[in-house]
Amino acid sequence: MISFFPALIFVLLAPLIGGLLSGIDRKVTAHMQGRVGPSIFQPFYDVGKLFEKENAEVNGTQRFYVISYFIFAVFTGALFFAGGDLLLVVFALTLAEVFLVLGAYAAYSPYSHVGAERELLQVMAYEPIMILSAVGIYMVTGSFAVSEILKYPMLLVVLLPGIFLGFLYALTIKLRKSPFDISTSHHAHQEIVKGVTTEFSGPNLGLIEVTHWYELVFLLGFVFLFFAANWILGIIAVIIVFLLELFIDNTNARVKWQLAVKSTWAITLVVAIVNLVVLAYVVVV
Amino acid sequence: MAGSQGKFAEKPAWRDGIRAQFNMINNEKCEQFSRVDVSVQYLLFLILFPLITALFMLAVRRDTERGWIVKLSALAIGVVTALALVTLYDKGVVYFGFDAAPVNLLMFILEMAMAALLLWYAVKYRKSLALCLVLVQTALIVWFELTCSRASDIANPLFCDPFSLIMALIIGIIGSLICVYSLGYMRHFYEHHVEIPNRTNTFFLIIFVFISAMFGLVFSNSLIWVYFFWEVTTLCSFLLIGFTKTEEATNNAFTALWMNVLGGIAFIAALIWLAAQPVPMLGLDQVLTAGKALVLIPAALIGFAGLTKAAQMPFSSWLLGAMVAPTPVSALLHSSTMVKAGVYILVRLAPVYAFTTTGFALSLVGAITFLVASALAISQTNAKRVLAYSTISNLGLVVACAGIGTYEAIWAAVLLIIFHAIAKSLLFLSVGTVEHRIRSREIEDMNGLITRTPRLAAMMVIGIAGMFLAPFGMLISKWAAIQAFISAPLGFVLVIILAFGSAFTVFFWAKWMGKLITVTPDTKNVEGPVDRNEWIALVCLAGLTTVTCFIYPVISKILIEPFLSTYYGSIARLSQDNILIMMMMLFLIVILPLSILLPHRRNRQLPPYMGGVVTSSDMHFTNALGGRTSVTLGNYYLDGWFGEAKLKMAGVYVCGVFIAAMLVTALFGGMAL
Repeated sequence: MISFFPALIFVLLAPLIGGLLSGIDRKVTAHMQGRVGPSIFQPFYDVGKLFEKENAEVNGTQRFYVISYFIFAVFTGALFFAGGDLLLVVFALTLAEVFLVLGAYAAYSPYSHVGAERELLQVMAYEPIMILSAVGIYMVTGSFAVSEILKYPMLLVVLLPGIFLGFLYALTIKLRKSPFDISTSHHAHQEIVKGVTTEFSGPNLGLIEVTHWYELVFLLGFVFLFFAANWILGIIAVIIVFLLELFIDNTNARVKWQLAVKSTWAITLVVAIVNLVVLAYVVVV
Repeated sequence: MAGSQGKFAEKPAWRDGIRAQFNMINNEKCEQFSRVDVSVQYLLFLILFPLITALFMLAVRRDTERGWIVKLSALAIGVVTALALVTLYDKGVVYFGFDAAPVNLLMFILEMAMAALLLWYAVKYRKSLALCLVLVQTALIVWFELTCSRASDIANPLFCDPFSLIMALIIGIIGSLICVYSLGYMRHFYEHHVEIPNRTNTFFLIIFVFISAMFGLVFSNSLIWVYFFWEVTTLCSFLLIGFTKTEEATNNAFTALWMNVLGGIAFIAALIWLAAQPVPMLGLDQVLTAGKALVLIPAALIGFAGLTKAAQMPFSSWLLGAMVAPTPVSALLHSSTMVKAGVYILVRLAPVYAFTTTGFALSLVGAITFLVASALAISQTNAKRVLAYSTISNLGLVVACAGIGTYEAIWAAVLLIIFHAIAKSLLFLSVGTVEHRIRSREIEDMNGLITRTPRLAAMMVIGIAGMFLAPFGMLISKWAAIQAFISAPLGFVLVIILAFGSAFTVFFWAKWMGKLITVTPDTKNVEGPVDRNEWIALVCLAGLTTVTCFIYPVISKILIEPFLSTYYGSIARLSQDNILIMMMMLFLIVILPLSILLPHRRNRQLPPYMGGVVTSSDMHFTNALGGRTSVTLGNYYLDGWFGEAKLKMAGVYVCGVFIAAMLVTALFGGMAL
């Protein structure tokens, strides 16, 4: 059953948690690079600054796509935390993503278009493993509903190690971390000038930032799902995964899209086939 | 009152004849007799009335007259389809029995005439492959008629069940809308192609015969009748693809012909097999109630015929070749006729395929076709070819569901058929109209259509959204398909294929949509007045794309679930929660565009960022030699990865192997999975 309350908590708290996590991200990254780094509240100051800026656009339709991206990303997370259907969550995430891509396409701008195409390549890279994660979880628990999955008495990661690995691999893409930050560079400003977001500025860009925070919390929630049977272990796992992503981010250079797509598919194919075949027989027996 | 009753009391004799020989299998209650009596007339009307319109087309010379006849006929077909729905939706499976022998004889004569026509064409254009295959097929028909005529007496040659009604709605409503659209389109077509002699009447004649044959196909219980209508659709598509009589069109028409005749040969072989049994089983009802072991071989043969007609992988090239025909033909072939006939028969026979290796091989053909065709669509720059590959891939998914044959899979398959028919016809028709505006069907030339032809672009965006975005129809069906595959034996193989194919789908649709909505600077609106007939069809289809997403739970409840409970005993449906969520998403998507109307500050508009070089509002920059260069933007087509050269042959061979496996396992009784 869908419960309204956790969804509401998510909608209210996710930007706070997500913003803080981004702040921690910057702090930890700075330490890894031998810098001091900004305050962990810096992301809030940054977004606040963006919202104070003048709303300059390339054309009037961009606002619509940004708002839609925001609404559907929040919807995705809310649906997840409300205990909704996991497969539907995955599809809603794609819908949100497509709105961001369309926003980039709406500007007649070379950088923004390259970013949009790359973003689509990334969607194409991670979509299979997202769907297969939901499917793997269904094969174990017998339900797509997050509320039912949470009640499963065993750690899902024990039965779905391969799927979890594949999911972590895709997570690097979703969190826009090196080596897979090909559609919008996370730190550097060379190459394609922040890809999909090139043409967004001021409040529009601020809204995209906030949407990333929502997505971050949702994705970490997805990680938690693999450890849901033991919530202490789950929280530890989420922290470790988060730090692992930061570590990967800081120790890898960006790759070309070819390698990003190929490797993600290869991993997906191997882990999904091995894990699902084993599951199919474990479940049958 | 009395006078008028007396006037209408003299009913035609044929009607009494039917009434006398009428029998009903399913309905025990006698008081329902008269109501069902009316409904058989609906079915006969739907099969015969388009033929009458077709005959009228021979006589009509003027555009206005033709316009009226086509529009009124389309209206009549649409209304009667709706009436048939209202009368029959809650009746379950209804069989209509009358003496089929004279009709069988007539059909045999017509089949011979069709064969003669095809042979004449094959000789005229020196196509030896088509000639040989048509000869083989004709020989088999004659042999069947000589040896098996005793078996061809079927108690109930016509029938109607909820699935037939769904198909009838697709044929009746979408087919009619395409006819209306064609009125406008064909006029522009001859303005653009002055070299082609005007044969508009022939065009409408064939289209109405086509629609008639499709109604016949979905209402026939007698497999001999199904076969006859099957062959009529083959002939009609052959004539329509070769309509312009250019060399390319003729060649492509013959490709379509030989592939479909190959399927026809398999079909007639299945009929001979069924008739040769100790108890001949030439009714669909008999085939479905007989044991799997008895009918698996003919079911595999008919399945093969279905694969050819549904343009699955080794046979996909005919549907791509069919793109040379005028756009309404493509819309018709893709959405409401030809290829839908292929998947119709596969879904019908799904209970036979369920849980057999034969069925699994069939679903692998579908799944591989889904995967490869979606990947191929990424590399296509021509809008119609993208649409064609997407049709092939979506039908592949339907075939995969039919091969699995569980009730959940069939639920997904029927939904896929419905949603695909609506969204795909909308897309084809809008591409057709846009093509007449911008003189191109290349996606690269559709840059910024949202400013150049805003209303048409909006139609296309709705159609594309319908094809791949949550919560629109195709996605609902894909979701249902995933659920169905998981619970089927060896289903995880299909789930993995579907996950990848689905990712490809997102890529090629989203980049096309992106092209359309790019706001290009300094472009003029070239939309002009859209022909009213074309506009009616486009608006209706766009409305249907959205409305069916809202009402599909109702369609599922009154049509799909009764169908499933009749043949499978159990039903599939989405949970209330999920339907609610879907509705919320749909509502959001529908109202979000209205946010543009809300009052807001006028934001400052700036030129796009160009890496520091000088820009002007019309997107020029100063190049390294100091000259002015214009910016052009192009999409990725990734030909090295997804090009036809590489993938197509792989798909053809792999699917060929699975088709062989399907037929061979059927011969050995198709082990249970």
